Amino acid sequence: MTDLASTHVAQRRDSVLRRPFFWVIGVAVIVFALAPWIGNDVELRESFMLATIYVILASNLNVMIGYAGYINFGSIVFFGLGGYICVYLMAVPQWPLAAAAPAAGVIVSALALPFGLGILRLRGAYFALATIGVNEAVQAFVTNFKPWGGASGMYLSTALFKPLGGPMQALWTIYFLLVAIMGLSLYLSWGIKISKFGLGLLAIGQNEDAASVMGVPTPLYKAMAYCATAFLPAMAGGLYFFKGAFIQPSDAFDLTFSTEAIAIVMLGGQGTIAGPAIGAFFYEQLRGWLLTSETFSNFQLVAAGALLLVIVLFLPGGLMGWLYQRWPRLSRWIE
Amino acid sequence: MSGIVASIIDGLLVGSVYGLAAMGLTLIWGVMDVVNLTHGSMIVAGMFGLFLLTAGLNLPPYAALPIVLAGGFLAGLALYWIAVHRMIGRPPLMSLLSTFSINFVLIGLGTAVWGTVLFNVPVSVPGFTFGRYTFPGTHIVAAVLTALLALLLYFFLYRTRLGKAIRAVAGNRGAAELVGIPTTRVLSFAFALGASLACVSGMLIATLFPFTLLSGDVYQLKSFIVIVLGGLGNPTGALVGGLALGLLEGLLTPFMPVSWTAVIEFALFVVVLIACPTGIFALRRS
Repeated sequence: MTDLASTHVAQRRDSVLRRPFFWVIGVAVIVFALAPWIGNDVELRESFMLATIYVILASNLNVMIGYAGYINFGSIVFFGLGGYICVYLMAVPQWPLAAAAPAAGVIVSALALPFGLGILRLRGAYFALATIGVNEAVQAFVTNFKPWGGASGMYLSTALFKPLGGPMQALWTIYFLLVAIMGLSLYLSWGIKISKFGLGLLAIGQNEDAASVMGVPTPLYKAMAYCATAFLPAMAGGLYFFKGAFIQPSDAFDLTFSTEAIAIVMLGGQGTIAGPAIGAFFYEQLRGWLLTSETFSNFQLVAAGALLLVIVLFLPGGLMGWLYQRWPRLSRWIE
Repeated sequence: MSGIVASIIDGLLVGSVYGLAAMGLTLIWGVMDVVNLTHGSMIVAGMFGLFLLTAGLNLPPYAALPIVLAGGFLAGLALYWIAVHRMIGRPPLMSLLSTFSINFVLIGLGTAVWGTVLFNVPVSVPGFTFGRYTFPGTHIVAAVLTALLALLLYFFLYRTRLGKAIRAVAGNRGAAELVGIPTTRVLSFAFALGASLACVSGMLIATLFPFTLLSGDVYQLKSFIVIVLGGLGNPTGALVGGLALGLLEGLLTPFMPVSWTAVIEFALFVVVLIACPTGIFALRRS
């Protein structure tokens, strides 16, 4: 980890545009957007759409886990709350999607900042427990909150798809928007990593007390990371639940989703940008295969759990850690 | 007024069982700094242990207790060697993840076999009637058994050689090793003991309420609330924390719908974690 920090400073002197990884992200995102569109392949689009959600959740989570070393078990609370705010704004004050989704992101981020300042005073396992508590508290509250439909949730009228060119066209629009948010998530986590802010987070991840003594404003940086990584998942949540035209507490705050995001970060390689993205893509493919196969459809959780266990026990660096070990020069191209 | 008193007494009876569940969790935390996220599935294992023993073997419900205790102990040993042993001394987040993934595997296997339908084990114990109120017999028996097990645990930890070794390892593992305590064996024993306490508490909860395979999550979260109230790593505190949670539930039930108690409990959990992470009872001591 220490040599990671020193190469990091050396690389920072280059202009961002001259670094290959900037273009690698861009090309990957464009290919991802066009692949299902060219053949008008709806099935592939649905599968990729889920993959974009996983990438968005995992790369934002990675900033907390991989950089700052804080395990957030309840990261799904951003996604669910964003979904609820977006659906509510569209259903009741009749806002258009273009206003409701960003508003959801802004509101959730604004809530995350003061909240982060509070719960990020906790360290290690205490923090992890508190994040579970936050997610459960929010879920329990929403289940009882009548204006949001309580336990039975909220429906959106399909008439809301009209401004986007009818249901068929709307699904493509949502897909492209999600791919764009995925691209932004990757650039955000990369941008954080090569900034002074990111260096501070990496220092916190290695030794928080030392970082604090060296002048890193640790409480502020942690809360900023918490807040910054809430924005895009909240918007993605808004789009996801708009697509389904339905939201209920047990879907919106499903801890399984959070867990899968953690598994993906570990699988791909925590602290790298490409790792969570590649991990998410493979995890989604694996999940799809397990769900459709006759023998394994009931064992999806078992497979995810066993996979995570093997990684934690034997490959703590994940896929990218293993690749870097074999081909050290790869880190110039894929960070 | 007497309705509230009755509700509080019943809350305390049930709360003692929460305390028993939390004791297993807090014992493991205190001894090896591992947050055992298989706790929920151990509780569920106890519930289904009771179900299988009574429905399959026609055993009387409370005769299942020693079998569940022993089974939980063996399961705990296996879990220790599969998921926890390699994590001792590594960052606590790693053991958090490894026990978490084991929990996933166990719950996944369980849902594949039993699904998520509601199970109920009929237990008939005559209730205790006082004035207009009747306290269910199962609640009283569960509280008595919990008190008995808590006393046994206390006796074990403070009066026996192995119990003292566990406390020594919890206090300072390096020093314990220097004076010749086989720490690995002690750690695996402590983990297995914690798991078997979780199983027994699950079994007792199954005599009180119907359950599903996913009930473990609820009781695991309750155990977290309890150990945060009672102070992490402190078995006596866990029992007091359990009684406090039961008292709270008993107090709230007459005044608001049951679904709101969860909101208050989790909000309390987060607030207590942030405000005094060593537990509300530690404040008085310091």
